[in-house]
Amino acid sequence: MTMGTNVAPERRGTPDWVWLAGVPVAAVVWWLVYDQLIPFSEWVTSLLPVARDSHTGEAIAFFVYDVPKVLLLLTGIVFVTGVLRSWFSPEKTRAILAGKREIWGYPLAALLGVLTPFCSCSSVPLFIGFVSAGIPLGVTFSFLVAGPMVGPVGLGLLYGLVGWEVATLYLAFGFTIATVAGWILGRMSLERYLQDWVRELNAGPTGGLLEERLTFVDRIKIGLEQVREIVGKVWIWVLVGIGIGAAIHGYVPEDVMLRIMGGEAWWSVPAAVVVGIPMYTNAAGVIPIVEALLGKGAAIGTTLAFMMSVIALSLPEMIILKQVLTLRLIAIFVAVVSAGILATGFLFNAIL
Amino acid sequence: MKIVKVYGPGCKRCETTEAMVKDAAAKLGVVVSVEKVTDPRSIAVAGVMSTPGISVDGKLVHAGGLPDAARLEGWLST
Repeated sequence: MTMGTNVAPERRGTPDWVWLAGVPVAAVVWWLVYDQLIPFSEWVTSLLPVARDSHTGEAIAFFVYDVPKVLLLLTGIVFVTGVLRSWFSPEKTRAILAGKREIWGYPLAALLGVLTPFCSCSSVPLFIGFVSAGIPLGVTFSFLVAGPMVGPVGLGLLYGLVGWEVATLYLAFGFTIATVAGWILGRMSLERYLQDWVRELNAGPTGGLLEERLTFVDRIKIGLEQVREIVGKVWIWVLVGIGIGAAIHGYVPEDVMLRIMGGEAWWSVPAAVVVGIPMYTNAAGVIPIVEALLGKGAAIGTTLAFMMSVIALSLPEMIILKQVLTLRLIAIFVAVVSAGILATGFLFNAIL
Repeated sequence: MKIVKVYGPGCKRCETTEAMVKDAAAKLGVVVSVEKVTDPRSIAVAGVMSTPGISVDGKLVHAGGLPDAARLEGWLST
């Protein structure tokens, strides 16, 4: 702007360069803090009047270490994901998938399910939008399963808290389940089990929306907005999850864990899936529990099955989908996805 | 008078969007009637896939997430 040192410049807020420079600065600060978490948690625990190696001391150390760690990871992942996802939208995804009828539609839908931003509160309009544009039901299901199950938040936390091996296995199998479950559901021609009014809807107006042009600074702002919204919403689940994880870490004896969730107990995999369905939390809340379970010697297949079930099969989500799917279709959907999760659980317990 | 519709099943963001529309209209001095559309069928028919969505005088201008305040004023003032 050339004019006006004494005239207030038109209020545009922070200039662009502050945003662009702020991201690397924030990344460095983030890294420095992240690097100090172990000494910090040991120091906090040493201030408390409990022995470090007692049950309570172990639990407290777990809690004090995990809370800042998970919140930091969550913030970083949500920001990066928010920026990346600003290049995708359900409308674009629908346009891509609408042309794909062949077999590649399923893995593509699973991939786009991971990349496309959508919250569970808009899964109904999204579902209708897909089906009415002629995207096969099975492909739509691949999309809807992959979204929550292989979400970046879950993968990133699994990577940070448990390790890259488990994170990679989880990614591969979550992706496979989403693809194969969608394909199986597609082969069953279930269109007749949609609610009547959904079947009668013909392709709605597509492409009515003009695309909004975004600058890179806009995308940074979208990322920050996502952090504010998602971290603001899930922090309570994170605390609850870490609390449960800390209790398991400090108090549950290893031999008990081995008996309940060890590889020997074959029934533990289906039990983990059944227990996981009514549990409603998100990846950020369940992964500290996964971390504690694995640390106590729970079998990896059983633990992964539990995690997948908690994240991918949620009761509230099914109640929302009841508006567009008949109960019968929901039951078939749950059965197929559960079968995939069970297979993953048994397979891992058998080979690892 | 402009007819603005806010599409969304009633989540928190949809309510915030409705409030933002009213604020922006009051600031610009534009007379608007704001209607909230919560029925999934009507949302789908309007072509909205990610909520909240906004239409002004029957034209869909926004879908997915909270609208940008400056853009919102642009839609209301044209």
